[in-house]
Formats: sequence, structure tokens, C-alpha cells
Amino acid sequence: MRRGRAFDAAVCVILLFMPFWMGAIGGYTELATRIVVMGLAAMSLNFLLGFTGVLSFGHAAYFGLGAYGAAMAIKYLDAGTIPAIGLGVVVATIAAMVIGALIVRLRGVYFAMVTIAFGQVFYFIAFRWNAVTGGDDGLTGWHRLPIDFGFARLDIFQNDKAFYYFALAIFAICVGAMAVLLNSPFGRSLIAIRENERRARFLGVPIEWHVWLSFVISCLFVSVAGALYALLNNFTDPRALRFDLSGNFVIMAVLGGMRSFWGPLIGAAIFVALQDYVSSHTENWMSVIGLVFVLVVRFFPRGVLGMLRSGAKA
Amino acid sequence: MTLLQVDGASKRFGNLVAIHDVSLTIEPGELRAIIGPNGAGKTTFFNLVSGLFAPTSGSIRFEGRDISALAPDERVRRGMARTFQITEIFPDLSVADNIRVAVEIAAGYRLRPWLAGKARRAVAERVAELLSLSGLADKAHVRAGALSHGDQRAAEIMMSLALKPRLLMLDEPTAGMGDQETYDIARLIRRLHRREGLTIMLIEHDMRVVFNLADRIMVLAEGKVLAEGPPQEIAESEKVQGAYLGKAAA
Repeated sequence: MRRGRAFDAAVCVILLFMPFWMGAIGGYTELATRIVVMGLAAMSLNFLLGFTGVLSFGHAAYFGLGAYGAAMAIKYLDAGTIPAIGLGVVVATIAAMVIGALIVRLRGVYFAMVTIAFGQVFYFIAFRWNAVTGGDDGLTGWHRLPIDFGFARLDIFQNDKAFYYFALAIFAICVGAMAVLLNSPFGRSLIAIRENERRARFLGVPIEWHVWLSFVISCLFVSVAGALYALLNNFTDPRALRFDLSGNFVIMAVLGGMRSFWGPLIGAAIFVALQDYVSSHTENWMSVIGLVFVLVVRFFPRGVLGMLRSGAKA
Repeated sequence: MTLLQVDGASKRFGNLVAIHDVSLTIEPGELRAIIGPNGAGKTTFFNLVSGLFAPTSGSIRFEGRDISALAPDERVRRGMARTFQITEIFPDLSVADNIRVAVEIAAGYRLRPWLAGKARRAVAERVAELLSLSGLADKAHVRAGALSHGDQRAAEIMMSLALKPRLLMLDEPTAGMGDQETYDIARLIRRLHRREGLTIMLIEHDMRVVFNLADRIMVLAEGKVLAEGPPQEIAESEKVQGAYLGKAAA
């Protein structure tokens, strides 16, 4: 327990100063922001995957809905940054509530397949509906706006460090909320479902209702990440909704260690950093990530964090 | 009031009639054993009562209400709890956390995102109480999956007990256990029945356990009720000896 707390503190310190040490190892502030945003997405997915035991291959749909929701709110409604994020999250969460209700009785590979199918529906809508979504070219002609708090103004548009800390603050709120939930009786009921669905049911847990809640919560937080991602790029396109991005979230979670709370963040950091570094040398960056993934899963089935933990014990 | 009343329950899987016209009533405070040769339909009968599947015909009443169509978790919330032939626990959680999950659900906290200090202390006390009752207190922080077979079974019984059931159903609680473990579990069951006044229905193969514990015994064979009565009567029944005890001895 004490070591867990120390690890939490270390993660906080590393994240707090990331824009300052990133440069020293060849990174830049935007890369740090991307790690935080993708880390949030992977941790949100892991709420469902690692702590409820339900695999979704369609989380990009809600990530993308959050992205498009926020982008369209700014472009078409002249919304401020916070209301824009809010709109993206509301739209994505409503979609998750409806789709979740349709698929929650499915299990295992059937659940995963149907999440892909529903995800692709949103992808094709964004791809085809040129007039509104910008189609394949993506939604351009807008950018994130400075936030006016009345007493102070945070220029997240011009100042990339300001945007990093804005994203980190939202990350902290979301991750804190997930940590509280997972340490609650509700969170333990989800872990119980992961551990043994039959036993959970015969303790009186209505499994479908709890899995639905977990799915919706997971999608809500992934849509926050999506909205931040659109703001980060001042742009969004249909790839933010496509199933290969859903697959990337799963890879990040498994790579970092899906049984640990911080694992997916570490997986996301490795994924995003490798992608950034390798893609500047070759188009085939995915093959390098694939190789790393295979090696980690082969030798450290509990992920990078699982490996570090067992190393610390030995 | 009669606690459990099963009327003419049948279960058919395609052409196979697994349970045929079985009726049974259990009064509060009773300890009922169900015995019978392998494949007699004992576990299928348990599954009907606990709601894993619905009967093809017949009805199941619990405290006077028809529960035949209710989902298993709804039956649990009405006061039924069960264990399984192959122990069902949460292997990656500690023994204490296994029981804590059950205690929290029993207290109606399963949707709570937060527990106040008072509620948390009440949960912790109840967990400690169940741990000491089960004799697992010194293994509270061990991964449940790493326990011996007998200890896992005791943990599973404690989780069911945490629900404060009005009917506890145990499916072969001593299956696959050595003499000492069998004795420990039998003693635990006796204590729950005598001291806590719990109503228990159990399936058991170990005849020493059955004849020591049961108030009444129901014998199933090929999905039908072969005999039903107090242990003495069952032990002396030629029909039972012929169909079951004789076979077991041979």
C-alpha cells in the first residue's frame, strides 16, 4: 500500500514537470500533451477492460464523438472551450448509453465485435457527411480559444505549455474520479464481475446493469480525451473514430499493464513516443510498435508496469 | 410459513428429462440433504431453485411467492444464497476482499461510489466477524486463489453467509476433500444450522456427513424423487438401499 502511494506521487511529479524535462530527452510540449490525452483514453478504456473484464474494440467511436462534438461546437456554435468539451462529452455519453443498452447482454468476442460494428457506423457518417463533418479531409477552419475565467485569462491557444496544464488538470479530474470509483463498493462490484461473473451474480449483482454503467462511465471519460485531442490538434478527422484507433487504445492498455491503474498511461507514453520517433524515420512505424507489443506480451504478460513491479519485488 | 415450496418441477433438455415432477417443501430452520447417484439430477434441481435456468413445468415458491421466472440475482436479493460444486470465488482478490464484496452487496451498497467512515467501519467489522467464524482470519490477506481447496470452500460459504440468506444451498460442500477438511466443513455447517438457526439445503455424497447433519433427506434417482423422510427412515428403506446405497457399496 505504501509503495502504491509512493508510485502515485512519482507519477504526479513526472506529469507535473513533463513539459520541462521533455525537451532534454528530445521531446516537445505537444508530445507531452499527446501522452496525457492518449493516457486518459487508455485509462478510460481500462476502466472497462482491466477492472470490469469486458473488452471493447469500439472506444474510438466515443473518442471521436467527443472530438467532433467539441470541434463542431466551436466551429458552428462559437462555444467556449469548456462548453465545447461538455457538448462533445454529452453527445458521446448519450450514444454510449443507447449502444450500451443494446449490447450489454453480449459477452467476450461477441461484445467486442459488436462494439467495432457500431463504431464503424459513426466512422462512415463522419466520412460521408461532407457538408457538416468535412468528410475525409476532416473538420478544419476552427481552433481552440483562450479561456476567460473573468479574473484571469488562460491563453491555451498561443501558449502550448498553458494548454498542457489545462489538459493535465482535466486528466487529473477524470483519473481522480476513476480512482475514487474503483475504490468504492461500486468499483469492487465491477472487479467482482471481472474475477467471476457467476459468483458476482449469485451474490445478487445484476450483471448487465453494472456492465452497462461501467461501459458508459468508460465511454464518458474516453470522450473527454477525444475532445482534448481535437483541441490539441485544432483539427479532427474520421480517423479519430476508426476502429484501428480503438485497437491502439487496447494495445496501450495491454502494453502498460491492464491490471494496474497506471499501466495504460505508461503504455500510452511508450506508444506515443515510439510513434513520434519512429514515424520521423519510416512510414512503417506500426511494425515497430507491433514488435514491441509482441515482445512485451510474450515476456511480460502483465505489461510493462507488471514487469517493473515484479522486478521491484525480486 | 413454508420457506421453499417446489411443486411438480420438471426440466427437459431437448429429449432428456433431467428432472421429472419433483416436489419438495422446506420449513424454516430445517437442514435438508439431497442425495442420489451421479446423474440423478441433484445439481440440476439446485439450478432450478437458484434460477440458473427456469423449470420446463411446475412452480417454485419462496416464502409464499412464485419465483419461477426471477433471475438468479433477484432470487439472491429475496434471501437465497448458494455455493457451487466447483468453488466459485474471486481468485485474484484477497480472502478479506472476497468477503468484503459480499458484505457490501448485502448491505445494499453495490452502487455506492463512496462510503462514509461509519458504514466502512460496519463493513470491516462484519468482514472480521465472518473471517473468524470461518477460521480464515489468519489468511485474510492471502490471495483467495492460493488457498487450499477446503479453505476456498469455506471462503465461498462465508461469502454466501455474508448475504444473511434465509435459505443457504450448498452443492457438495465436501467434494474432493480429505477427512480433516470434510470434518471441518461439516462442523461449520452444523454450527451454522444449530447456532445461527440457518435453513440449509445441501447436496452431499459423503453419507457420514449426510446422516450426521440432516433433519430430512430427499433421494433423487434418474430425475425423480425415490424417497423422502428423516434419516432413520431413509437408511432403512429397501428401495433406497437397492437403488443407491447398495450400488454405492458395491
